[in-house]
Amino acid sequence: MVTAPTRTRKIAARGSILPGFGLSLGFSLLYLSLLVLIPLGALVLKSAHLSPGEFWAVVSSPRVVASLQLSFGAAAIASLINVPFGLLLAWVLVRYDFPGKRLVDALIDLPFALPTAVAGITLTTLLAKNGWIGSLLEPIGIKVAYTQLGVGVALVFIGIPFVVRTVQPVLEELGHEVEEAALTLGASGWQTFQRVVFPLLIPALITGFSLAFARTIGEYGSVVFISGNLPFKTEIAPLLIVTKLQQFDYAGAAAIGVTMLAISLVLLLAINLVQARVARRLGE
Amino acid sequence: MRPALPLPRQAVRRRAKGQSAWVRLTLIGLALAFAALLLVLPLVTVFIEAFRGGLGKYISSLSERDALRAIGLTLTVISIVVPLNTLFGIAAAWAIAKYKFPGRSLLISLIELPLAVSPVISGLVFVLLFGRQGFLGPWLADHDLKIIFALPGIVLATAFVTFSYVARELTPVMQAQGQEEEEAALTLGANGLQIFWRVTLPGIKWGLLYGIIMCNARAMGEFGAVAVVSGHIRGLTTTVPLYVEMLYNEYNTVAAFASSSLLALLALVTLVLKSVLGRKKGAL
Repeated sequence: MVTAPTRTRKIAARGSILPGFGLSLGFSLLYLSLLVLIPLGALVLKSAHLSPGEFWAVVSSPRVVASLQLSFGAAAIASLINVPFGLLLAWVLVRYDFPGKRLVDALIDLPFALPTAVAGITLTTLLAKNGWIGSLLEPIGIKVAYTQLGVGVALVFIGIPFVVRTVQPVLEELGHEVEEAALTLGASGWQTFQRVVFPLLIPALITGFSLAFARTIGEYGSVVFISGNLPFKTEIAPLLIVTKLQQFDYAGAAAIGVTMLAISLVLLLAINLVQARVARRLGE
Repeated sequence: MRPALPLPRQAVRRRAKGQSAWVRLTLIGLALAFAALLLVLPLVTVFIEAFRGGLGKYISSLSERDALRAIGLTLTVISIVVPLNTLFGIAAAWAIAKYKFPGRSLLISLIELPLAVSPVISGLVFVLLFGRQGFLGPWLADHDLKIIFALPGIVLATAFVTFSYVARELTPVMQAQGQEEEEAALTLGANGLQIFWRVTLPGIKWGLLYGIIMCNARAMGEFGAVAVVSGHIRGLTTTVPLYVEMLYNEYNTVAAFASSSLLALLALVTLVLKSVLGRKKGAL
């Protein structure tokens, strides 16, 4: 039995008198545990079946290291490329009016909505040496499909909405007042952008980068078709996990999975800390 | 302190516009070129490749028995996964938005965790739990239960990947809604369910629908996670994206793109709904 005073205290602590706290939180935690936490726990547990020496032997083998370098490196470069292009798209969509603007705005989310396998085979078809774009690039010596460049292109495609959709609302909220103030004081358009607007966008740009990065590190569907999957060259880490699984090397697959997850979480945490710091400095 | 002779507002705007007319045109041109190359061209390619063999070939490749079965399987999977994740999303958003409790921000981070996990790892965790050499594998085999290489595995992997979508979309909407109206309803004698249906739901319906649509888009198109748990049994465990992969690897390009065009069409519907709902959500 809950007596009246304890009930009041509990309500004050929760900040609400609405019913359903136990039910909603209980169900959330149960579902979270069953679907996410226990399975991820199984991943860690399985990799612990290996001794530290064996674990290290798996993840430090040259083929695994090469695939991790490709997955993280290509994701970082693609997300960096997406920062200026994402800013450009967000800027144009927020600041200017032009015919077809709403259509372009809606299309930004295409990489979210289009299944990755479809994106993968389509980009490969376009960029293969007999494809529409590939046949234009082939004569000037640029090969995209079945190279690391192809991996990068697929990841740029996947990552672009993350940057645009993070910067867009911030630009909208910014309004024209600050810029007009700068212009009134005699600054040029470029000076205004560089000194006034851009610094205010940096936190959003970092967030957009980290969201795109988080998504593209583990990307599989759009990459496996275009990459050609050559060990040491175009083999991404998720593909190596699939290969290990097909060889029934569960512990090896788990070891690569845990390593990938650990590196990405540490990197994302570091990026978040930088972002928070930049945002705080701006607020001062 | 005002500057000595501030330009009138309209003059500033005019000056800014006059100065940047060519800048504006260049930026719009660049943004449109980037969007055309990265987004429009792939989308158009899907449909061109799909109809390369003519309408007859298009229809016949979509009415193949395996194609119909793949469509059926994808529909089955989303009809299980989307309602489950929606239920979870509502419960989690309610708990997070309406109450204060210790570990609340940890819960928010854990809900977003699956977004940082590679799709391949999202499938791998269930193989490690339920696969033949997984933790529960022997027990499942003794009881003649099949999870991996069967429907339950595909459902679990898809649910993991789309776990965060509804909760993430709904939490800020519920937070913005506040709780005064619900508390008033409570005072007037409404019970929890009545409060939810009559007060909460009307306020969050656009946000909820938005989350469901994004969850559904990802669920029907998920490739990496499903590829790991499906076993690629033709006509039995191949969802539409896996069927696309299968046809593509068999060099049956026209059929692969015919199935892809269905997914691309659904992606387009998603984009239209997202754009319309985004505006409604913003207007609230």
